Amino acid sequence: MNAKTRVNKLHNTFVYVKQHWQLYVFFLGPALLLTIIFKYLPMGGILIAFQKYNPFKGILGSEWVGLKYFQQFLSSPDFMQYLVNTLKLSVYGLLWGFPMPIILALLLNRIASSKIKQKIQLVLYMPNFISVIVLCGMVRILLSVTGPLNMMLGTGINFLTIPKAFRPIYIASGIWQGAGWASIMYTAALSNASKELKEAAQIDGANIWQQIKAVEWPAIKDMVVIQFILQAGNIMSIGFEKAYALQSDMNLSSSEIIATYVYKKGLLNGDYSYSTAVGLFNTIINVILLIAVNKVVEKLNDGQGL
Amino acid sequence: MSNAVTLKKSEFARASLGDKIFLLIGYILLGLFVLAIIGPVVYIVIASFMDPITLQNRGIVFEPGKWTLTAYKRVMTNSQIWIGFGNAVLYSVLFSVISVFITLLCAYPMSRDDFKGRKFFNAIFIITMFFGGGLIPTYLLISNMGLLDSMWAVILPGSFSVWNMIIARTYYRGIPNELREAADVDGADELVFFFKILLPVCTPLIAVLILWQFVGMWNSYFDAMIYLNSANKQPLQLVLRAILIQNEPDPGMIADMQSTAQRAQLAELLKYATIIISSLPLLVMYPFFQKYFDSGIMIGSVKG
Repeated sequence: MNAKTRVNKLHNTFVYVKQHWQLYVFFLGPALLLTIIFKYLPMGGILIAFQKYNPFKGILGSEWVGLKYFQQFLSSPDFMQYLVNTLKLSVYGLLWGFPMPIILALLLNRIASSKIKQKIQLVLYMPNFISVIVLCGMVRILLSVTGPLNMMLGTGINFLTIPKAFRPIYIASGIWQGAGWASIMYTAALSNASKELKEAAQIDGANIWQQIKAVEWPAIKDMVVIQFILQAGNIMSIGFEKAYALQSDMNLSSSEIIATYVYKKGLLNGDYSYSTAVGLFNTIINVILLIAVNKVVEKLNDGQGL
Repeated sequence: MSNAVTLKKSEFARASLGDKIFLLIGYILLGLFVLAIIGPVVYIVIASFMDPITLQNRGIVFEPGKWTLTAYKRVMTNSQIWIGFGNAVLYSVLFSVISVFITLLCAYPMSRDDFKGRKFFNAIFIITMFFGGGLIPTYLLISNMGLLDSMWAVILPGSFSVWNMIIARTYYRGIPNELREAADVDGADELVFFFKILLPVCTPLIAVLILWQFVGMWNSYFDAMIYLNSANKQPLQLVLRAILIQNEPDPGMIADMQSTAQRAQLAELLKYATIIISSLPLLVMYPFFQKYFDSGIMIGSVKG
């Protein structure tokens, strides 16, 4: 590109912006401002992970310590435990939880009466509107020492104090709450899949399994792939709220995950720098995972990733 | 309806034996899942009317005289619950309106192919979906801005959602170009076009986004927990957390009981009524939005 065309291009841009200034100021402006303030400014705050941060001296006045905090937590057995807990919780959660909405959608798609289907959907979606706190409150009630499960089993086990029980409780209640809601998009895609195609398959004498393979699976395959990438890529960003609400002092050996650890270390203990370093490490692993998963899917999916 | 049922029957009747077994197992699995959802909810509803001692010793029994409205009376007359409700409504309404408005605005230029800088701004937004400062830097920023113990700390930081912007952008692109061209002929400027012509045809999109944001804010507690200290600013979920998770209900709710054992039993019973009362508003509301779910999710699933 020579200088003249570059000047021309610049001029064109200038004219465009002048003509369409409303787009930049009214439309893009608020979102951009919020993004810069609440997303990009905190990125600058990451620097304190490499400092012995002192709130009174600020980022500019605090002493630099390099990778001290990273070395500190990477050599700590506790941290390794929390890292493993985080990974186990989300990997098992993904493996158990991911197929459920797909199965539900395929089953719903086999119900011919739209009225019955709608009623079932209403029930399936309902738990999505219950809050995390209420869900965990219900779990605590149902599994309490004098609760209905113990009454049915004739036992007196306090499930929430057993480290081994934490992951099954977390994952099962997650499926209870989320599987129905997550099935909506598959259901919608399936109902859009051509009815004629299915009828053709029936006339050909294909049994249900063959129909699923020939008609239904192709209709949702892309969506399944995208959802899997998104969820696999977010393995390290497993949420704080539910794990924290299901924690008890006794089950911490399996329920303490990085998100809850960062909160406790940082905001409850005031170890700002250490906690920021742990958070940054978590984010970086997450980004790497996302890129890696996307690459894998690209290979499997004829060069099409996200 | 009858038509659909007969169709179903005939389809089922026509199916081969293998398919019949396949379908039957499928229906049973679906039925079990539905029961697994309803069961716990029904249990909580029934238990909330039970006498606490009976419930603890014998579980649910259907004997008159063992039923009581005590828990509901106590929860309904507790001011902390109502303060929580009020705050939750305030925060959720403000958050969903501000958030959806900003998101819809931003998505408009981002949906236009001629918008200069689109790729650049897109990159700026997308990056924040995967990378961020994390908990402590965000907390320090909010604290430095003087927003601690202010409701804006809960409302503003998450109010622009990149994901929803992508959804809105995709939705705009699905709107026929004729609409745009008709407006150009009339010489409408961007703001007039947006508010008078574009938004009115986006009702399903707006309904779905408002619902998502409202429910999201209503049900969350983390931001409120770390940013809000004053008791009179706590949203419902934090009040619930004290009752359901921490076993520390507002002392006024149980203080009149004589023994610690009685207080503990009552505190336990209050949990059931609290769950029902606090969940009712959303559970009553959401069926009215059901018609938007399918279209809304389809919007959401389209690749940005």
